[in-house]
Amino acid sequence: MTTARDISKSVRDGNATAVDTAKSALNAIAEQDEELGAFVCVCEEHALAQAERIDAMAADERKKLSLAGVPIALKDNICTEFAPTTCASKILDTFKPPYSAHVTEKLVDAGAIIVGKTNLDEFAMGSSTENSAKCITRNPWDRDRVPGGSSGGSAVSVASGMTPIALGSDTGGSIRQPASLTGVVGLKPTYGRVSRYGLVAFGSSLDQIGPFARTVEDAALLLNVIAGADSRDSTCVSADVDDYVASLSEPITGKKIGIAREYFGEGLADGTRKQVEAALDKLRELGAETVEIKLPLTKYGIACYYLIATAEASSNLARYDGVHYGHRSQDAGDIVEMYSASREEGFGPEVKRRIMLGTYALSSGYYDAYYLRAMKVRTLLRRDLENAFAKVDVICSPVTPDTAFKIGEKSSDPLAMYLADVYTITANLAGIPAMSVPCGFDGAGLPVGLQLMGPAFSEAMLLNVAHQYQIYTNHHERVPS
Amino acid sequence: MVASLTTKTIVGLEIHVQLATRTKLFCGCALEFGATPNSRTCPVCLGLPGSLPVMNRAAFDASVRFALAMNCKIATYTKWDRKSYYYPDLPKNYQISQYDLPLGYEGYCDIDGDEGQSKRIRIRRAHLEEDAGKNLHDVPGCSLVDLNRTGTPLLEIVTEPDIDCAQDAFDFCTGLQKLAVYLGVSEASMQKGQMRFEPNINVEITRGGEVFRTPIAEVKNLNSFRAVRDAIEYESKRQVQDWLADEDYVFGKASNENRGWNADKQMTEYQRSKEAAHDYRYFPDPDLMPVTTTADWVDSVRKELPESPTVRCDRLVSAFGLSQGDADLIVADRGDAELFDAAVDGDKKLAKRMTSLMLGAAKKSANDRELTVSTVLPSATSWQQLVRMVEDGVVNASAGERLLLEAMENTAGEIDFEQMAKDRNLVQVQDVGQMSAWVEQVFTENDGAVQDALSNPKKAKAAPGFLTGKVMQVSGGKADPKVVRQLIAAKIKEMQTE
Repeated sequence: MTTARDISKSVRDGNATAVDTAKSALNAIAEQDEELGAFVCVCEEHALAQAERIDAMAADERKKLSLAGVPIALKDNICTEFAPTTCASKILDTFKPPYSAHVTEKLVDAGAIIVGKTNLDEFAMGSSTENSAKCITRNPWDRDRVPGGSSGGSAVSVASGMTPIALGSDTGGSIRQPASLTGVVGLKPTYGRVSRYGLVAFGSSLDQIGPFARTVEDAALLLNVIAGADSRDSTCVSADVDDYVASLSEPITGKKIGIAREYFGEGLADGTRKQVEAALDKLRELGAETVEIKLPLTKYGIACYYLIATAEASSNLARYDGVHYGHRSQDAGDIVEMYSASREEGFGPEVKRRIMLGTYALSSGYYDAYYLRAMKVRTLLRRDLENAFAKVDVICSPVTPDTAFKIGEKSSDPLAMYLADVYTITANLAGIPAMSVPCGFDGAGLPVGLQLMGPAFSEAMLLNVAHQYQIYTNHHERVPS
Repeated sequence: MVASLTTKTIVGLEIHVQLATRTKLFCGCALEFGATPNSRTCPVCLGLPGSLPVMNRAAFDASVRFALAMNCKIATYTKWDRKSYYYPDLPKNYQISQYDLPLGYEGYCDIDGDEGQSKRIRIRRAHLEEDAGKNLHDVPGCSLVDLNRTGTPLLEIVTEPDIDCAQDAFDFCTGLQKLAVYLGVSEASMQKGQMRFEPNINVEITRGGEVFRTPIAEVKNLNSFRAVRDAIEYESKRQVQDWLADEDYVFGKASNENRGWNADKQMTEYQRSKEAAHDYRYFPDPDLMPVTTTADWVDSVRKELPESPTVRCDRLVSAFGLSQGDADLIVADRGDAELFDAAVDGDKKLAKRMTSLMLGAAKKSANDRELTVSTVLPSATSWQQLVRMVEDGVVNASAGERLLLEAMENTAGEIDFEQMAKDRNLVQVQDVGQMSAWVEQVFTENDGAVQDALSNPKKAKAAPGFLTGKVMQVSGGKADPKVVRQLIAAKIKEMQTE
């Protein structure tokens, strides 16, 4: 398994060409993806052109590229002007944006090679990548199982080694949960750390773009490229960006790790609990200290999240109406019919469900009871965490209550699917950074992830703790057969 | 026997004013009237997936200026809200607006009322929002959408229902237009649709001590002052007629309605009932940060506001004794008014001179070129020099006018009028001996007029003026007419006593 760090170094040093690294990723996709279904679009032409451009650069120019020749996959809700951006939805099936996302530009500038766009739950709504109008994405550890979601395609691209790194987006756990279920590293940055310009919005106050990688170091390398101010996103913060790679090697002696009872309660599978507890032992062994904390409001997170996220989504997705772009129903009479038929045909059932939930929550007479109340709970949840971070540096927990489930197993029970987001959504509601790092395998040989949450803008510290953990463990070195 | 009726019209106005910013409210696209359809657009104003709005600070600042000029309080914390409704010219299917926390609130504007009394119209709120695009239906078989206008900053101003007649509404609207132009926050061009009005009208009817109120009609999208006046006029009659025909046509029983103005038929037409009110599902836009203002900043903006046209007018009348009409003319253009004040510099005598020079020859000359006086000859120093020369009798009024017109023909820069008067040989002769000699000459050459002055009762009054004109002619315009008049009067008196 070659890392982004090594690929980039050899391309910079002239020991490998970007065209070769691009081709090897494209070959891997050609060999594996028919079965895995991680990609909805392969950008061969763009990838080779970008690779040739890098190879044609003067050596000293190429040396400045931190991701020189590194193949990367982008979740298909991140705009690329050279490839369609469909959000795995029929309604945007033919949509090719006339512009690229901020992160897309940053990656191209850093010498990364975008080889394709990955599958997701339609408009990032889901936890299994099953809600895709495109294809089924399979977990490389057990192909009858889901990879998690919504960034399932990006997770699988990295887990199967098709690309060393990928980008996903995380609104309620959509990076961390698939990272956990496929045994890779996934990080959701602080809200505002990475520009959302060009990320197709789901829940605007919750969405963040973040990295997938096999190693924490690669995740840090990728975050270095995408983090930072962007004048096109008013919610993007201009605070200085740490060098996330530089601080990885610090010892973690004396770090205080908070453990909240609420994250180890009912519903947590034994196999997962065991691995997470073993990981905590390991961290103690490395000199960290664990402290019991209380996060009593955790149980309100799900209700709060599913009101805010759906309310914002109902508004964000209003623009898909068949008038200006995207799918337009052919057999509608007047404009109102055209609206409803285009949306009826263009959206899948989960998206419709959430639009209806959100529309209801914002409706006159219900707004105060639902949306406004949820926003107040959100403030309390944030305060709950702030209090906790006054005592500890990191909060550790499982990422998901259980490992990957079977494809189709939960499709008929959306509520059960929602409830499984319990450990991840708090970080989105509070806007804090959180990551998943592989911490072992359950009895069925399925990967388990450890979640680390930190205060706002503490990415460097989280990456440092996770990296130290990886140095002394080898879970991340195991690859699916 | 039918009890007598008295009626009172009640009107509140909603007014949209397009701000004169260089770019749109949430993106960098240029604001340009009449450009090729959809050529002034970008991913943000097209509402493309993944695009995000960024507030145009200039639009916010202009709004605060306008709100302050309307005596509004300025919110210390305001935010952006999404107003949801589906329409093809609204690409996101929501409009970014301000719902419960408008940037300006509780203001007022005064208009002229009856018998010189001013009337106060309270402003309920002023908030900033983005405009929609335009649907075009002139191609057969399809509808087209032009999104050039999408995202244009609009200030929506809502008054309290303090207006009680069509003329007051007309005056309020024209006053607001003047104010907007004066502040430089809007071109407020009616031709370009930069001001749109929506009066809410109902009538309070009193019959034998009993009071009835008609349902409120909102007349949508009026784009001229006259339409505002005529629609209100029409509605005040129509509503009473409808009530007379059906006494259940009252507020609370019959529903409020939207109506449109048909200018050809000079009548409003029913559009829809407000019973089926839209649920706009307002909520705070998570893509934009709230805006906060400090008292210091608001004060500094307030200090930089120009004097409002009405206040300025009142001051010109009271401080300089100008007529209301002259003051109105000077104040109509902010540049002219500022030039006037700078040149006159508080001197009452200069003010009178300046008024006659500015509103006479200068204004005509500028108007002929469709310009304003201050754009043609902007130097206050030059103006002051000229006005002072006329006032001090260095040149006479007609020579002053001549110099002014020549200057306005040729240059917009600094003018040395003294030098110019010398070069043109227009400096008045102050030598009384010389002027007496001219008077003598004219008396000799115009004996008829002299006789008229002495003994023709019909012409005795006009004759001295005629003689003065002759002296001015002989002097080549250089004689001081004031002195000449005195000399002629003395001479006639002397001849009469002889």
